[in-house]
Amino acid sequence: MSLDFNDETFRGDYTFKNSAKAIKRFPFPFPEDSYMYSVNMEPHVPGPVGSIFEHMFDVDEHYVAEMRDRAQVLADDPLRCQSLPHMELAGWDLLELIMESKARDYPHWFELHKDGNNWHWINKPLQIEQRFTFMDASTLPYGPLEYITRQTQGDFTLQDQRDDDLWIEAGMVTTQADWSLDFDIGMSFKQWHAPVPLAGQMGIFDRALKFLLKLQHGAPVRRFNWTMTVDPLLDTSPENYPKWGPSKTTMTPETIGHRQHLRVELQTLHRLPRSNAIVFPIRCYLIRFEELVTVPKWARRLHRVVRDIPDELATYKGFLRNKPLMLDYLAQFDDGQPTSLGFAPD
Amino acid sequence: MSVGAPKIPVVVAEVVEVNELIKRFRFVRRDGAAMPIFSGGSHVVVEMDDHGTRRMNPYSLMSHPADTMGYEISVRRDEVGRGGSLYMHNHVKPGMEMVLSQPVNLFPLDARAKKHLMIAGGIGITPFVAQMAQVETMGGRFELHYSVRSPALGAYVDRLQQHYGPRVHVYFDELRQQIDLKTLLKSQPLGTHIYVCGPKGMIGWVHATAKAMGWPDRAVHSEEFLAPPVGLAFDVQLAASGKSFTVQPNQSLLEAIEAAGVEAPYLCRGGACGQCETEVLRCDGHIEHNDHWLTDDQKAANTKIMPCVSRFRGAALILDR
Repeated sequence: MSLDFNDETFRGDYTFKNSAKAIKRFPFPFPEDSYMYSVNMEPHVPGPVGSIFEHMFDVDEHYVAEMRDRAQVLADDPLRCQSLPHMELAGWDLLELIMESKARDYPHWFELHKDGNNWHWINKPLQIEQRFTFMDASTLPYGPLEYITRQTQGDFTLQDQRDDDLWIEAGMVTTQADWSLDFDIGMSFKQWHAPVPLAGQMGIFDRALKFLLKLQHGAPVRRFNWTMTVDPLLDTSPENYPKWGPSKTTMTPETIGHRQHLRVELQTLHRLPRSNAIVFPIRCYLIRFEELVTVPKWARRLHRVVRDIPDELATYKGFLRNKPLMLDYLAQFDDGQPTSLGFAPD
Repeated sequence: MSVGAPKIPVVVAEVVEVNELIKRFRFVRRDGAAMPIFSGGSHVVVEMDDHGTRRMNPYSLMSHPADTMGYEISVRRDEVGRGGSLYMHNHVKPGMEMVLSQPVNLFPLDARAKKHLMIAGGIGITPFVAQMAQVETMGGRFELHYSVRSPALGAYVDRLQQHYGPRVHVYFDELRQQIDLKTLLKSQPLGTHIYVCGPKGMIGWVHATAKAMGWPDRAVHSEEFLAPPVGLAFDVQLAASGKSFTVQPNQSLLEAIEAAGVEAPYLCRGGACGQCETEVLRCDGHIEHNDHWLTDDQKAANTKIMPCVSRFRGAALILDR
């Protein structure tokens, strides 16, 4: 493995870790000392050099290891990637979007050469070289969605738009915060959001759907979501709950700093040009509490957010049980000093 | 939250007189870059500077969706309208610089359809030209039934028949030819979706006939852009921006808001998409709701207005904008 990418695991011996550089660019999701739902969407425009927003699809030091983990999840459970028959065109749209973005943004790692529909794709980090015919799935080892998302960090869902609604009808989901593509596939926007507490009554889904139905090609948007995960496990799926669920019961004051992770999702939404579908990439970033508290502002703020969060939300996010342990750990880094507005470290 | 995608600066590459009523315009990017690929059924909003009056009219794209070298639209001359089509016909020449919006699709094909049955009247043919090209590329099944006044006014009839052969059926009003809709709908395979674009009467006829024959509502799709109607001048007050002005007879409320320097959201400018929906804070009078967006109850309540096509008569109208 080259110097650019970590040799690490997200299972078994859990050797995942963030370098100092990765901690500095971590997408800390709380702009203020408290948290409540909001649609909180903003244009997905390029951000500062080095930040996770610098490029359309962020490729970081965990890339190669994450792709290795995805291949293992798929080998164990092929239903983590599904595409209903009418979604293949959207899969091609996504393949094009990712290949063009990566070849433009990371030319030292990725190359895309086109001669009409004869495409030549080079992925140096994963040592892949592929010649294929665009829009002819028989020339790729997998369908277009599976092919490109085996080479791209983050989960992906594809939503068809019809009858004034969005329908989740294809996806690659192996790094999810406890939801299942196999269960949700074919659902409408409000159906697949039904388990989320409080937000429905707040009218959040009405507003979000209305906004998304009008999402324009060329104007992607983004938002953050977050939860808590014990151990750096990417695949916290309902399918595997018996394997990872019980780990929450094994936390102690001695292990919490090392084993408890803040899990942040950078969610973006893009209108796709040929299919008029919407792609929803959900990119997961993990940081252990020990790593997070090296940034004093984040340590203070996370303590206040966890302390003040309503129990319904802590339950939904799956950490009510360990909230007291988290607070004991985080409190030692909160001296009560005011924090500045915004995400950035002081 | 903004949905604004960057606009596309273009130059007019070609103007073709298709027949005595219709002209076709081709636009290419000023910087020579590729146009975005689009999905069949999409429209763009064309911005015009009509001698000081800013007009923004939506037109369906009719070029091949995969043709990234340029976009084509067809414009039917409307002698009694507010002047957008007359401006396009009389003043837009090759070499002129104009501005287009990004494509938006409010009339998409249903990707699950086993067959696409397209019914067009007159200038309503344009979205289907792009959709047929896209379906053909994908190897999908479709059939077009296209009703026009006369052979002389049948835009693109020859071209479509030549290219698509027996999949294109043309009906000339002058020759008393009519789509036999009941027989047509009776003979479709399961999983067929119907699409209709044309005059209001035709759209209503297709919806009503299909419904009476037991077709599910969700298998029948239509698109009707309204041209903003002309009307009497009226005064309006904008509470949030603190502006007051008069909307002129041949100006839409949305255009007047923009002319006053107030940013307002929009996508279709034809009463269909809902993007420009605006809260009404006070209404002493009667709102002429001309849109397809608000429900009948919402229209009766007079608490919302679609400024792209709707107008007002009365003493005072105050909007939350």
